Amino acid sequence: MDLATLLQILDSTVRLGTPLLLACLAGLFSERAGIFDIGLEGKMLSAAFLSGAVAWITGDVWLGLLAGVFASLLMSAIHGVASITFRGNQLISGVAINFLASGLTVLLGQKWFGLGGRTPAIEGAARFEPITLPFAETLRDVPLLGPVYYELISGHTVLVYVAFALVPLSWWMLYRTRFGLRLRAVGENPAAVDTAGVSVIGIRFAAVAICGVLCGLAGVYLATSLAAGFGKEMTAGRGYIALAALIFAKWRPWYALGATMLFGLLEAVANRFQNIDIGLFVIPVQFMQALPYILTVVILAGFVGKAIPPRAGGEPYVKER
Amino acid sequence: MERMPRWADALLVPLISLIIASAISGLVILAIGEDPVAAMKLMVTGALGSSYGWGYTLYYATNFMFTGLAVAVAFHAGLFNIGGEGQATLGGLGVALVCLYLPWPHWSLALGAAVIAAAGFGALWAAVPAWLQARRGSHIVITTIMFNFIAASLLNYLLVNVLRPQGSMDPASARFPDATTLPGLHEVLGLVGIPFSKSTPANISLLIALACCVLVWALIWRTRLGFALRAFGKSEKAARYAGISPVRITLYAMVISGGLAGMMAVNTVMGEANRLLMNSVEGAGFIGIAVALMGRSHPAGVCLAAILFGFLYQGGAELALWTKIPRELITVIQALVILFTGALDNMVRRPVEMMFMAARRGAK
Repeated sequence: MDLATLLQILDSTVRLGTPLLLACLAGLFSERAGIFDIGLEGKMLSAAFLSGAVAWITGDVWLGLLAGVFASLLMSAIHGVASITFRGNQLISGVAINFLASGLTVLLGQKWFGLGGRTPAIEGAARFEPITLPFAETLRDVPLLGPVYYELISGHTVLVYVAFALVPLSWWMLYRTRFGLRLRAVGENPAAVDTAGVSVIGIRFAAVAICGVLCGLAGVYLATSLAAGFGKEMTAGRGYIALAALIFAKWRPWYALGATMLFGLLEAVANRFQNIDIGLFVIPVQFMQALPYILTVVILAGFVGKAIPPRAGGEPYVKER
Repeated sequence: MERMPRWADALLVPLISLIIASAISGLVILAIGEDPVAAMKLMVTGALGSSYGWGYTLYYATNFMFTGLAVAVAFHAGLFNIGGEGQATLGGLGVALVCLYLPWPHWSLALGAAVIAAAGFGALWAAVPAWLQARRGSHIVITTIMFNFIAASLLNYLLVNVLRPQGSMDPASARFPDATTLPGLHEVLGLVGIPFSKSTPANISLLIALACCVLVWALIWRTRLGFALRAFGKSEKAARYAGISPVRITLYAMVISGGLAGMMAVNTVMGEANRLLMNSVEGAGFIGIAVALMGRSHPAGVCLAAILFGFLYQGGAELALWTKIPRELITVIQALVILFTGALDNMVRRPVEMMFMAARRGAK
């Protein structure tokens, strides 16, 4: 394999890994606060739809971004009310959100555009354009570093850079701020936080809202950067892969970067090479597609390092009387 | 203390949830510029107005009975089996292998073998996540979701590379031999003199599904294992203290659950398509969640809820055919049912409980 091919694969790794990274960080905030979220998929899907729709109607991608984040936040609000206020089952609520998004996006899409759930293709100012970083053109001919800088690091849309910047930011927020400490504590031992006079409900709602914003960005990225517009079921299981990556990452921001990029790489390789011939036998493309899920099962089973979820995860907090 | 009578818990609360869900669905139909009343009428006549409509309604209901029972059994043991989709996919593989590679003199023998194979494959696919949860502590919800995707990839591989007949472009298996064709519901009903449409896929699997409802009821409330399941679901600690092995109960519950989900494939693969297709499950595994929640995990409730969802499915198909409302309306209704009967249960339940407590105080 030559450098050009390698760079192309890594480039698509970054492009395919970005929505996973955003969704994974979203899940991280929510689950660290003790709210399981299998509705990541639905939140992404609703954000992708509304951002694509609004971007096409207004021709302004930034309005699309706002609309997408709004849609995802709305879904988060449902999840929050169901699982925090009414102490419902968080998993069931997540399932409901996924179905709600899957149905509503097609219903509204068909009503507005009549294209079987798609939005019309968006272009120009309605999409996020790739950004050429400074000196990328001039440095292009420098051996090795030039192409790496030009192909791999430069030339992505703004959301990619935002996603990568969010990794250290999330780490800082979770481990170096008072809010982060409380958020993590709420996921481990809500009673202790409550005793300290901090509102468990408030922190959990904040975490669910952050999750909504990040999922929204992931969905917006899908519709306005990776593709030109919304397509029916365009998240295609990415929410679940992000969930898998979250377990892989053991609920930590930097690990999340590694896990999502690994899954991005797997997707990129499976897209580029349909069946991989490794001499002895041929790895079928279906195996490559299933690999993230298989890896997650293996990790979850504790065969390769233990993944311990936040202790109070999945349990509604009931104040003692 | 009983806060409200049992009938209120079993009927009133789900009914109120259902009314809220349909009211919101009505608003959604209004929002997309259609008339909810006309839509409802069309759904009712389309799904229940003819024996053709009933045929499809019952065909879908059969699927949902199997998957609904599957989710319900797991619920009783406190487990959330979200993997019905994958288990039914594997069940389909079992049916296809039995029908394709063994010679069958008569459909009844083939049916028996197919039921066993479907249940066995489904059970096996559920046993792995169950074992992983019981022994290795991995969360069953996540593992079963992952197993759904792995099942889809596995089937994709097998259909494209192994089961696809030579010269065919379709990722599907060969057609099953005629001897494995199941009798349709019209033949069954014809025996007792009821005329029924011949052109629907409803078939004898419906009777198997109904039998399963009875068997599951007997299992849960009339056997030792059923008691252990419920005890485990109510309190793992107490069950452990009573000498019930958590590993064994988790395995049993999931194996039964997976077996029931797998049996759904008899209806779709053997009863309808007569060959194994890429997506023969069509989301029935997930609808099972709504069905089990709606039916309060009781087989009788599951049976009724399955027919309700069968009606929604067939009615939705009619809507898509005659109006501009896409089929996905059912997905929205399904989501609302799951939301209100599952996640927002307390929102509906608390006012009802309060009402009953106030009434009781008034009576004293």
